[in-house]
Amino acid sequence: MAAPPVTRSDTSFRTQAIVFAIMAVALAAAPAAIYPVFLMKAMCFALFACAFNLLIGYVGLLSFGHAAFFGMASYVAAHAAKVWGLPPELAILAGTAAAGGIGAVFGAIAIRRQGIYFAMITLALSQMVYFFCLQAPFTGGEDGIQAVPLGNMFGVLDLKDTTTLYAVVLAIFLGGFLFIYRVIHSPFGQVLKAIRENEPRAISLGYSVDRYKLIAFVLSSSLAGLAGATKALVVQLASLTDVHWSMSGEVVLMTLLGGLGTVFGPVVGAVVIIAMQNYLAQLGSWLTIAQGVIFVVCVLAFRRGIVGELGRLMGKRL
Amino acid sequence: MKTLRSLGLAAILALAAGPAHAQWSDGTIKIGVLTDMSSLYTDLSGAGSVLAARFAVEDFGAAAKGMKVEIVNADHQNKADVGSTIARQWYDVDKVDVIVDTPNSGVALAVTEITREKNKVFLVSGAASSALTGAKCSANTVHWTYDTWALANGTGRAIVRTGGDTWYFLTADYAFGHQLEADTENVVKEMNGKVLGKVRHPLNSSDFSSFLLQAQASKAKIIGLANAGGDTVNSIKQAAEFGIVAGGQNLAGLLVFITDVHSLGLKTAQGLIFTEAWYWDANDTNRAFAARFSAANKGIHPTMIHAGVYSAVTHYLKSLEALKNDADGKAVVERMKATPTDDRLFGKGTIRADGRKIHDMYLFEVKKPEESKKPWDYYKLRATIPAAEAFRPIDKGDCPLVKKG
Repeated sequence: MAAPPVTRSDTSFRTQAIVFAIMAVALAAAPAAIYPVFLMKAMCFALFACAFNLLIGYVGLLSFGHAAFFGMASYVAAHAAKVWGLPPELAILAGTAAAGGIGAVFGAIAIRRQGIYFAMITLALSQMVYFFCLQAPFTGGEDGIQAVPLGNMFGVLDLKDTTTLYAVVLAIFLGGFLFIYRVIHSPFGQVLKAIRENEPRAISLGYSVDRYKLIAFVLSSSLAGLAGATKALVVQLASLTDVHWSMSGEVVLMTLLGGLGTVFGPVVGAVVIIAMQNYLAQLGSWLTIAQGVIFVVCVLAFRRGIVGELGRLMGKRL
Repeated sequence: MKTLRSLGLAAILALAAGPAHAQWSDGTIKIGVLTDMSSLYTDLSGAGSVLAARFAVEDFGAAAKGMKVEIVNADHQNKADVGSTIARQWYDVDKVDVIVDTPNSGVALAVTEITREKNKVFLVSGAASSALTGAKCSANTVHWTYDTWALANGTGRAIVRTGGDTWYFLTADYAFGHQLEADTENVVKEMNGKVLGKVRHPLNSSDFSSFLLQAQASKAKIIGLANAGGDTVNSIKQAAEFGIVAGGQNLAGLLVFITDVHSLGLKTAQGLIFTEAWYWDANDTNRAFAARFSAANKGIHPTMIHAGVYSAVTHYLKSLEALKNDADGKAVVERMKATPTDDRLFGKGTIRADGRKIHDMYLFEVKKPEESKKPWDYYKLRATIPAAEAFRPIDKGDCPLVKKG
């Protein structure tokens, strides 16, 4: 141990930067080996899980209604691109803004309560969004919105080319990821963590806790919306699956499996779950059982999640 | 090395086969059966459809004709995005040439769009929406067995004609249910019948009590069940418990399959009237097919969807044999439309420009328990709806392919 003394957060930052670089390079190179549409879908869910993790991992708020933001954004983006004929960048923005707007309303109502009550309020509100989407004419009910046109991003990037689309999705994912990282490590993020650790103390220190929670909620819902809107363009359809409550459960599973409150955990969790759904589709109903078993094992055996346990072994925060 | 060797092999084969050698993209004709393996459409489509496709390939004698045919299958879980991801991956990565069956109209519509984009072939047997050959028709899609218009037309007309002139609809709340309801409503009104009301229930419901009570209170003579699969079974069962049929109202199943009647039992289902495209006990060839099918499928007899898969795959392979090329999906479907269909199960028929396969439809009534003489002996034939009247007239569907032609 002759190295100069460094603080723990310094080494953590260095490790995280290295891991991020590895992740970015791996994702950029992966389409050569793995089906790109699958990778794009996985990245959308990874961003979704990261957005969810921002709320539960760093503010300690368990939202059970994130499917509403994800799904609604994908409907709005699909509708904007197909019916209004907006270019993809505006369609994605419209979806993100819609999710942020709903998030502001949901957040304003839900943050007044803690714990299980918070979770139930978000669940109830997201069920309202689900039934709205089931009945509203523009969503197409069970059929969803199909054949969403891809068009040209910024007028120059032809998204019909899979490689271009992949690059755009990769950029959105990495951008969203870095944004979340920046938020977590800002003074604002420190306050969020203080609220998570001890809310009364944060209040006594003079922080307007409700305002911080609301901002975090809106950020999380907007980023979930960004993921949903991007997914609508990737798979070229928006359907009820994305607003269904089981999607809210799935994102909890992804985050827990990867590691709650870790930077990279949700990404790993999302990739694992999406890969299972994709490559084990032949199993039929056994797939859901397998997911349940993994969840149980995760909660019983490694409660920090895959990345959380790895970080503990390495003595670093990942 | 491996590629070199297979290239060499291919060259030798090509020389041996001479100028008539067929152009199978990547050497194999790959059939993807995309269906519901785990939920409400499992019995009426599911593994049975994979089996029917396999029988079709065997009976066609593909191997003897030098055609290498492979069948893959997957579960779309009744989710459009799962179904479309599978379809995309099949076309892009797994080199699937044709997707068949696909119960659930939502998934089928999504697959239609992808098939059009990738210029492959989509043979629908399981899905019902008449939009597949209407506003959303595609030059790459053939809709084989039945559609909502044919069912509504067959059942609606026959029942109104025999005095059932007031209707109340119990509708599954998704696109398929709405379409079935709208098509039947039009027929009923056209025949001067009246629709007293309608109520919509969520897909995959287990409790129909409040909906059935509303239907009962409407005092309509006929309660039309615009739903499918497990939903139909549950609503018929619960209607029996509420004594709806005993109280003088009648149930009209707008989409009933023989597997539904089987799980209901004749006691509950007797007297139910509905339209189907195919019945296993109609003639000797059908009976032979059913015997072979049920032996390999845990005793479950084939539904019209299974028969449709068999018939569609047979015609597809025949057209490929004549065309000797499977690369251009549009050309394959054009060829399929140009040749009259002829197979063991559906007999002679044609495919229209909008992709609609045309054949006779049949109006069946479920037998009373004492009339049934053997296992799966469930139907009495009430009427045959001739091919010319069975399907929506081609000019009424708003199919863009027809306007151009």
